[in-house]
Amino acid sequence: MTIQPLLSVKDIRKTYGDRVGCSDVSFDLYPGEVMGIVGESGSGKSTLLNCMAGHLPPDSGQVLFDTRDRGMVDTLTMSEPERRMLSRTDWAFVHQHARDGLRMGVSAGGNVGERLMAVGARHYGNIRTQAIDWLDRVEINEDRVDDKPSAFSGGMQQRLQIARNLVTGPRLVFMDEPTGGLDVSVQARLLDLLRGLVREMGLSAIIVTHDLAVVRLLADRLMVMKSGHVVEHGLTDQVLDDPQHAYTQLLVSSVLQV
Amino acid sequence: MIKIDNLSKSFTLHNQGSAVIPVMQGATFEVAPGECVALTGNSGAGKSTLMRMIYGNYLSASGHIWVGETDVATAEPREIIALRRATLGYVSQFLRVVPRVPTLEVVAEPLLTVGVDKETAFAKARDLLSRLNIPETLWGLSPTTFSGGEQQRVNIARGFAHDYPAMLLDEPTASLDATNRETVLSLIEEAKARGAAIIGIFHDAPARDRVADREINVSDFTPARAA
Repeated sequence: MTIQPLLSVKDIRKTYGDRVGCSDVSFDLYPGEVMGIVGESGSGKSTLLNCMAGHLPPDSGQVLFDTRDRGMVDTLTMSEPERRMLSRTDWAFVHQHARDGLRMGVSAGGNVGERLMAVGARHYGNIRTQAIDWLDRVEINEDRVDDKPSAFSGGMQQRLQIARNLVTGPRLVFMDEPTGGLDVSVQARLLDLLRGLVREMGLSAIIVTHDLAVVRLLADRLMVMKSGHVVEHGLTDQVLDDPQHAYTQLLVSSVLQV
Repeated sequence: MIKIDNLSKSFTLHNQGSAVIPVMQGATFEVAPGECVALTGNSGAGKSTLMRMIYGNYLSASGHIWVGETDVATAEPREIIALRRATLGYVSQFLRVVPRVPTLEVVAEPLLTVGVDKETAFAKARDLLSRLNIPETLWGLSPTTFSGGEQQRVNIARGFAHDYPAMLLDEPTASLDATNRETVLSLIEEAKARGAAIIGIFHDAPARDRVADREINVSDFTPARAA
């Protein structure tokens, strides 16, 4: 198989003064793959995600992405306008708190439409139709299109954030605890939705979470982090069913059985 | 189709005094297309461990597991994912699904992921569910609320939806009534007839005698326990 990776991360290192945020992280992500990153809080998983997504400058390393026009390009040395364009088109970022990823003062339809306008859509009717179509796909009723997200429940806000992110047909989605803070029935609904979208759109995704049940259902591959380092990496069910590293064994055996 | 070569495995329990437990050594055998091989041996001999190693759930310490052109023991995760999608099926004893997904979709999913069109995939799923006597009124519901036996039959339907060239069956007839057991045995016979290489664990001895061409005693691969 000689398929080109969609994302190639090389030796990412980020320190906060003397403390190591994350170090020596390298991996390739292929088109259509979903990778989970797990670890306890402070393990460096969010630092890593933010470095990859361009929200935090790493001290060293490369984040190569297979761009549509120029092939593999290091996104860390890209020009600012180019990177901004990438984060509006081929990349998407789903925040743990929907309010960080939404414009709370703008209607639901406006939140979805805004991203379309950022990539050049101008026809109001088309934008509105597409926005309604996406609200429907994330199971938000059409009659809520003019309501502001502040009038939505937490689960709805999260689904709206996903619609806003996916409307431009990105190829890579970064997700930071996408189901965190939602009650379990809403989580299940969101997981089902995400899985369907990943399959239909052929998305690649990187999901940071501390919930092992979530990665088992969503991720093909799993990376386990501890103290800023990757301690184990492999097929998700292999890492969970036959963990090799002491920390992963502890993590897996600490989960309460339901 | 499946070729196991000098396979070994041990578990290291880091949180229990780093105890190293050797569980398999020198496992070697082959399964041809259209052949069904039954794994036998006492409980704890390593039947399920071997199955999970072949599926890539458990890492191998050394040796090779050839399934078609892929060596599961050394393959990259994405190669194993591709193998599971198209070539290697696994009917485990437990159904693990995303909550809220209707049964019909659960069964059709393996077909949809290999690119079969919706109509054909759902037709096959309906056919399998009727053969396994899952009442049509349940098809639109998530199997998470079903009884144990119903979940197992949904799991079997899902496992047999796509015509995998290689299949692993972990106790496919356990806790089934006579009618459904008969259906499952026919499904296995049909899979063999179309050329699938099958490895199974059957505690149900008459079922094993009927579908298996050979038996492999996994105890032969169990390392001698050091006292």
